[in-house]
Amino acid sequence: MAKHRILIVEDSPTMRQLLVFALKRLKDVDIVEAQDGMDGLRKVTSDEFDLALIDINMPVMDGLKLVSLIRGEQNIADMPIVVVTTEGAKEDRERALALGANEYLTKPIQANKVLSVAKSLLKVG
Amino acid sequence: MSDERGGVFGRGEEFLKFFSRGMEFSKELLQENEKLRRKLGQLQTQQVSAAQNPDEWAKLRLELSERIEGLEVERDSALERLREVEMENHHFAERYVEVEEENNALANLYVASFQLHSTLDISEVLKIILEIVINLVGAEVFAIYVVDEKTNRLEAVASEGEPLSVFPRVPMGSGVIGTSVGSGDTWCGDVSGSDDYATPIACIPLRVEDVSIGAIAIYRLLQQKERFTPLDHELFTLLAGHAATAIFSSRLFANSERKLNTIQGFIDLLTK
Repeated sequence: MAKHRILIVEDSPTMRQLLVFALKRLKDVDIVEAQDGMDGLRKVTSDEFDLALIDINMPVMDGLKLVSLIRGEQNIADMPIVVVTTEGAKEDRERALALGANEYLTKPIQANKVLSVAKSLLKVG
Repeated sequence: MSDERGGVFGRGEEFLKFFSRGMEFSKELLQENEKLRRKLGQLQTQQVSAAQNPDEWAKLRLELSERIEGLEVERDSALERLREVEMENHHFAERYVEVEEENNALANLYVASFQLHSTLDISEVLKIILEIVINLVGAEVFAIYVVDEKTNRLEAVASEGEPLSVFPRVPMGSGVIGTSVGSGDTWCGDVSGSDDYATPIACIPLRVEDVSIGAIAIYRLLQQKERFTPLDHELFTLLAGHAATAIFSSRLFANSERKLNTIQGFIDLLTK
């Protein structure tokens, strides 16, 4: 079975480590980390991923901008995206989903919730 | 005359044929009647036999009753086992949820601890504490206070949600923050939020070997965070010890680096 490749775009090393910790419970997974939106864009356009977890508030390029750029890029437009953010307002959620995010998780996150969303989007048991 | 005789004989033959058919039909009826009589006789014999052996019937009824009772006991036992299995399943499901929660808690605590001790740079340590409180606790407005040993006051050295300048200097033992730091006890109040920077909704004293070196004061939680959870309290306990030692170690390291540079400067001066 091919490995699932997941990109984490998050400026906080603490959050990145927690997300990696959660996602490593998936079998056959390859996780790549990016520390801001621009770094994420470089990695997502130069490599293939099955799923991306993207923070909103990041330096250089914010997560929503990255989501809209990914959705506009033909080769990667259908890649599932999970937005992970501190922004809990309804309008923030709606905006992210309207831009093309598949799921919207608010911090503080629970590792099992991240795992469950990732499994669902990767269509693994 | 001969025609008349012929007609009489013809009718006589027809009558004889008719009569013989009637005789055959009567014979068949008699045979059927005999068969029915025999059948009736057999049934009467069986009935008499059954009536004459009531013990056989009673035995059969008893066997059947016992069998029914046995099946009812089996059914009750199966239902009881089913209930037990359902309870076990319920118990396992609850245990699974508990284990998942424990896993979540351990993941958070591990990450927090790992990050706190990943650097000796004081600014990095403060940044990591901010990240932990934002991302793992879910606080929107908070500050990290450190005791100024010269003035014996608590001074905010890092903050989130508001600039440092809004957080007051707090004398040790005074107000919610000073009292919490003085006693070493974590303080939790109404989580609906506070705009009074002297009165946070939670204050976690940072302690190294029973000596308070500072505190984390939380003033407002993120919109989606309704209350502190048991995991938050575990994180507070971890932060109280590990954040304190991380700040303490990084300060010691910075001091020793400074002293080392000074000594190195003297040595360089003397050896030139």
